[in-house]
Amino acid sequence: MDLSNINPVLLVASIMISATPILLAAIGEMVVEKSGVLNLGVEGMMITGAVIGFIVAINSGSPLLGFATAAVAGAALSVAFGVLTQIFLSNQVATGLGLTLVGLGLSSLLGKPYEGQKTVTLPKLDIPILSDLPVVGRMLFSHDIMVYLSLGIVVAVWAFLKHTHAGLILRAVGESHESAHALGYKVIRVRMLAIMFGGACAGLGGAYLSLVRVPQWTEGMTAGAGWIALAIVVFASWRAGRVLVGAYLFGGITVLQLNLQAAGMTWGVQYLSMSPYLITILVLVLISSNRSRGSHNAPANLGQTFHATR
Amino acid sequence: MIRLEKRPQPSKAWTVATPILAVVLTMIFGGIMFGLIGTSPVEAIRTIFWDPLFHPQFAGFSRPQLLVKAGPLILIAIGLSIGFRAGIWNIGAEGQYIIGAICGAGAGLALYPMESALILPLMVVAGALGGWAWAMIPALLKVKFGTNEILVSLMLVYVAENLLASVSSGLLRNPEGMGFPGSRNLSQWSSSQNLELIPNTGMHLGVLTAFIAVIFAYVLLTRHIQGYNIRLTGEAPRAAKFSGVSPARTILFCLGLAGALAGMAGLFEVTGPAGQISIDFGSGYGFTAIIVAFLGRLHPVGILLAGLLMALTYIGGELAQLMLGVPGASIQLFQGMLLFFLLGVDVLTNYRVRFGAAEVA
Repeated sequence: MDLSNINPVLLVASIMISATPILLAAIGEMVVEKSGVLNLGVEGMMITGAVIGFIVAINSGSPLLGFATAAVAGAALSVAFGVLTQIFLSNQVATGLGLTLVGLGLSSLLGKPYEGQKTVTLPKLDIPILSDLPVVGRMLFSHDIMVYLSLGIVVAVWAFLKHTHAGLILRAVGESHESAHALGYKVIRVRMLAIMFGGACAGLGGAYLSLVRVPQWTEGMTAGAGWIALAIVVFASWRAGRVLVGAYLFGGITVLQLNLQAAGMTWGVQYLSMSPYLITILVLVLISSNRSRGSHNAPANLGQTFHATR
Repeated sequence: MIRLEKRPQPSKAWTVATPILAVVLTMIFGGIMFGLIGTSPVEAIRTIFWDPLFHPQFAGFSRPQLLVKAGPLILIAIGLSIGFRAGIWNIGAEGQYIIGAICGAGAGLALYPMESALILPLMVVAGALGGWAWAMIPALLKVKFGTNEILVSLMLVYVAENLLASVSSGLLRNPEGMGFPGSRNLSQWSSSQNLELIPNTGMHLGVLTAFIAVIFAYVLLTRHIQGYNIRLTGEAPRAAKFSGVSPARTILFCLGLAGALAGMAGLFEVTGPAGQISIDFGSGYGFTAIIVAFLGRLHPVGILLAGLLMALTYIGGELAQLMLGVPGASIQLFQGMLLFFLLGVDVLTNYRVRFGAAEVA
């Protein structure tokens, strides 16, 4: 094994690339959970975004249009979840699982003719001055627009939840839907909007996988990324800044594992491939065992069905 | 103005009627979907639901397949449903199924080429223990640290899939297989083969076990104190705690049982229909079983029927692929739709639809 083959500049750059899809999905899901809804269908919305984004990008030649359509597709799928859980009052856990199954089926149906095709990917930005800086330029300032957009969304979500009135309403709905309802806030409407935002973010994350990170369409290509995004929200104890840390940590593990494989580590490729999942479990254990920090912060009405009796 | 009014008790009639309504809705919307991809809707629905049982040419082959596919689905779904009743969401049955198959096959292959009638029972025990142990990971972590069992059990599916890939090209690879990945064929070794008990019915030991599990679950839930405690934990967790039901014991019992049943299902599959441990052994039964459990209303008899119906869509789907050129994934979507419609119409079980404005109390 030759570790000197691993270039630290490229390593950091590729960590940012590999963290972006889960960062997008996780920040969206965090907003959904803040409103008191547990949507376990992230994986399904991500993979639908991945396939729709890929198809649109290939047919139109514009990856940006692909991203936009992927966001719309993710949001559209999440509306199905929203209608079932908010209007038909179905169980959120079961409906979320159903959404994942539907998404996986839908995506492999739509994506079949596109398997193995190549698409145009997003260009790397060339920011004046910044991109030309030594080391840091290639590391941080030569990415595509989605990397920066994802960081922008994290900041926007943080500011929205912490500093705006609408953000306060959203948190109130998540902490106590009965009180929020009594104050005259439209609980269902707020939650539907949050669910759609989460869907759009998951769709963008999926499209980033199929349009930039891989970039190709293969059946089941998200391979649990949506579930890892869910774990990151728990890891982050529902805070935007920590979602960012969690996603980049996880991206780091994934990249490191790929780099070790590339550096000629022959001992059990499969054991390396399972490491991200094992580390996620480990992180969950560490977070959950520390009660004062972890589950304490969960929105009080997370996963509970709201039915206005008055 | 349409509004919903909570029923004091879930409606008995709707409990039975909603799955049927969901199936009908799925047929209608599934038909539209098939129409959109350019297949005649009527023909597609007939090929999926009718031809596997009654087609003069294919039914002879496909009828036994019904039990072969339904067996593992029912066995896994029974285990899952008991956990779901208690509000314990084990969604990693696919992983438990794979590990059960690996452990069971490993135990058997260690004795190859010995011939003994005890080998298959030993493998069944090893398979059940393997699945049990895999399910104990999320169970113990939940009891000890309060981790979320949904995420842990699901992450372990990906770990199990990697283990499967590893053993099928390493530890359990057939030494006479000319370097190809995959284990010895267990269905051709007389000590480990899990044959049809009655020829041409598809009835093998795994299917028999599934039927026994249905009866066992029925007795457990309706006649046994443990079953009562499980239902109590699911419906009124606080009341359960006050009446002395230990949440930790319930978690360990439910996850352990589900894991053991899924592990057994994996073992029966690897010694029978699948025949060997190979990279593509994981077939998604663990995930489809979740739909089966819900479609069967988490009730043992319901699960039996739902398992048979879901098996029918599998076989019908294969037939539709063969005869109409429908893509295989459309069947997966069809099954997902079924779950969605079921969850949607379920509102009628617990709520009454009222027209007109709310009365002022």
